[in-house]
Amino acid sequence: MRLKLVPTETSWDFFSRSRLWLGISGVMMVVAFVSFVLQGLNYGIDFRGGTTIRTQAETPIDVAQYREAMAALELGDISITEVFDPSFDENQHVAMVRIQAQDDEEAVSTEVIERVEAALVEIAPDIEFLSVESVGPKVSGELIQTAILAVVLAIGAVLIYIWMRFEWQFALGAVVALVHDVLLTIGIFSELQIKFDLAIIAALLTIVGYSLNDTVVVFDRVRENLRKYKKRDFREVLNLSINETLSRTVMTSVTTLLALISLFVLGGDVIRGFVFAMIWGVIIGTYSSIFVASAMLLWLGVKRDWSKTDPDAGNQYSGIDA
Amino acid sequence: MLQIDLWKRVLIWAVVATGLLLALPNGFYNRVEQHNDALAAIEVAGETDELREQAAGWPEFMPSALVNLGLDLRGGAHLLAEVRIQEVYAARMEAFWPDVRDALRDVRADVGTIQLDQTAPEDVLRVRISQPEGMSTAIAQVRALSQETLSMTGTLTSDIDVSASDDTLTITLSDDERAATAERTLLQSLEIIRRRIDEVGTREPTIQRQGSERILIQVPGIGSAAELKAIIGTTAQLTFQPVVSRATEAGGNPGIGNEIVPSVDEVGVFYTLESAPVVTGEELVDAQPAFDQNGRPAVNFRFNPSGARKFGDYTAENIGSPFAIVLDDEVISAPVIQSHISGGSGIITGDFSVEESTNLAVLLRAGALPAGLDFLEERTIGPELGQDSIDAGKVATTVAFAAVLIFMGLSYGLFGLFANIALIINVALIFGLLSLVGATLTLPGIAGIVLTVGMAVDANVLVFERIREELKTAKGPARAIELGYEKALSAIIDANITTFLTALILFAMGSGPVRGFAITLGLGIMTSVFTAIFVTRLLIVLWFERRRPKTIEV
Repeated sequence: MRLKLVPTETSWDFFSRSRLWLGISGVMMVVAFVSFVLQGLNYGIDFRGGTTIRTQAETPIDVAQYREAMAALELGDISITEVFDPSFDENQHVAMVRIQAQDDEEAVSTEVIERVEAALVEIAPDIEFLSVESVGPKVSGELIQTAILAVVLAIGAVLIYIWMRFEWQFALGAVVALVHDVLLTIGIFSELQIKFDLAIIAALLTIVGYSLNDTVVVFDRVRENLRKYKKRDFREVLNLSINETLSRTVMTSVTTLLALISLFVLGGDVIRGFVFAMIWGVIIGTYSSIFVASAMLLWLGVKRDWSKTDPDAGNQYSGIDA
Repeated sequence: MLQIDLWKRVLIWAVVATGLLLALPNGFYNRVEQHNDALAAIEVAGETDELREQAAGWPEFMPSALVNLGLDLRGGAHLLAEVRIQEVYAARMEAFWPDVRDALRDVRADVGTIQLDQTAPEDVLRVRISQPEGMSTAIAQVRALSQETLSMTGTLTSDIDVSASDDTLTITLSDDERAATAERTLLQSLEIIRRRIDEVGTREPTIQRQGSERILIQVPGIGSAAELKAIIGTTAQLTFQPVVSRATEAGGNPGIGNEIVPSVDEVGVFYTLESAPVVTGEELVDAQPAFDQNGRPAVNFRFNPSGARKFGDYTAENIGSPFAIVLDDEVISAPVIQSHISGGSGIITGDFSVEESTNLAVLLRAGALPAGLDFLEERTIGPELGQDSIDAGKVATTVAFAAVLIFMGLSYGLFGLFANIALIINVALIFGLLSLVGATLTLPGIAGIVLTVGMAVDANVLVFERIREELKTAKGPARAIELGYEKALSAIIDANITTFLTALILFAMGSGPVRGFAITLGLGIMTSVFTAIFVTRLLIVLWFERRRPKTIEV
């Protein structure tokens, strides 16, 4: 007996509520954007400069005490978060200390780090500094530019590739879906205030790649079926194509999610944010390839027959609907 | 019907076998690493029993290239330094001023008195002349001082730009000369940083230039970025200068050709020195950590013949007067010359710890940096954190792998098994390729592999689903399999090329860990397409040829 997530033959109508889905997606995108504008992202030091220190001690972490110890140093905004992970030992207490970029420092100052470390050793003598990372404001400014450029370039490259391989309507549909995915991912990072750093950009681009993968497979089938069923209604062909590829779409999403979830649970806290972004992206990407990309395609319509030109084109009846 | 040429079969197996062979050393990481280290040590220092034994831990005929572990997995320090090239421009113009002054004084009759504008930027000389009508003479006079320099485009141009407005003459380095100077300074800095790090003897450091004025330094295994900065962040300009006087305040006019320099270990003590050094660190041929006659750490040094002669002559003429040993604009010590020092060697004493004297010797041997460095980014990752990440990564990858294998088996039965074999080969191929190209595996890189495990089955799924569909209509299983592969191909290619495009962009734009992710993702796409299109297909064909089933279930 085979495991079947999707019945062998389906003929579900994915477009009966396509306006509703597009509407929901539209609203979600607006919500994500507003959240991004109002609340902003919780940028890591990669993008706003500063220092993070990962500490580990046997004594439990008292955030207030840590804060007090560092307040005397007058280093401006300091954030201390305790880190939890199922893989930690019982008396393994890990915290992340983040110090903002110092105004008058273009370069990274060893002295500041030394002072912070000294202050922490005072309250927790057995404290260890597992990692210390500092990024100067100059570099963080450049990193953010490069990151934005990377995402824009990726979307642009995809637009061009699909345009070349398909029709412009397909490319536009795919790109709207991509923008949808990227925006919703940024939205959830802003809403939950998860740390947004360079690795998340990598995740964003992977989401772009994955979502596209899904979309392209559906579109490929649409293209094939358009040639096969020349007489059928466009909406019908689109729906048929989604149904035919549905089993594959679900299978691939499930295997990918299986792998990602094991990484999320077992992979340690260092990459948890990164993996979270990808899990979210796979779910959103699967949804968007059907309910956004294909719905957009339906809405835009395509030129059905590539081989023949319109017999009436150019003559006196061309503008008249018969 | 289902046909694969023999040569294709041989080629596919050959590729798989090569990949597996290349991946194999990573299964015995520690042993192979010891083997490689031992071989390197034997190369440098000759054989010992212990080294020979370690080298024998891995057979010589096997490939021994390993996947490099990134800093986030192995622990170590990462620094991004910017070379202060502006300093070099400023020094050039400062050194140029006496020539300009002398040249303009020669034509005093035409240009009148001259005055240097102190408010000008450091890399610009702005000279005011009292007789503006002589400006053309002044310009000609200064231009005559310029030298030809080879520009980037290969043409000869002047090394300075001279312009004038009203009574002011402005002299700057020409753009070509700036570019050439920047290039030279960066290459020198790279070389010296490399020498200094090699002197300390850590393994596999990465020292790369980034753009026109930055240098990226990654040293695995070093304790902290601060330690690394202490080694490479010091300019280490060593000079021996005559002492004019000693004072307890910094103020006062040092007099022409002199400068005031603070003492490094006596607080509040300043020396007035003659600016022109007797000898500089460039003439050192060796420096070693040592101890002075009182058993305190010190540094022994030796000059080259010309340095030794200058130093000998100077000490012979100045017995009884002090001279200063100056490092990076601080007086380390100012001993009184006791006797004529003729051998060209000497000792620097000061308030050193053993570690400091060792470091100083390293710095002196490696030479001075042409310009100071600003550190824009620094990261230290402790080895424990790296090990934790590796352990977590291993567990997660194994579980992910098992989950996908089981799921595929349940969904596609025998065909799922074929896909699973291909998946295992796929991961081995990724490691083989990573080792082959000497790529670096980072924590996001591991995530990339896990993601590939999840996504790699996609191509197989596409094919299998297609075969299922074709089975409903086509005549017989063989035709269905063939059509399944044929028709799924365009979707596989399009889907993977688009993902590959994003991996390429990530690789081009990213750095460090992100780039590691892009590499595994990109390689994973290539290997998964290869295994799905060729390996799984070959497995299915082999099975089909043997069994000749009348019906198949996918």
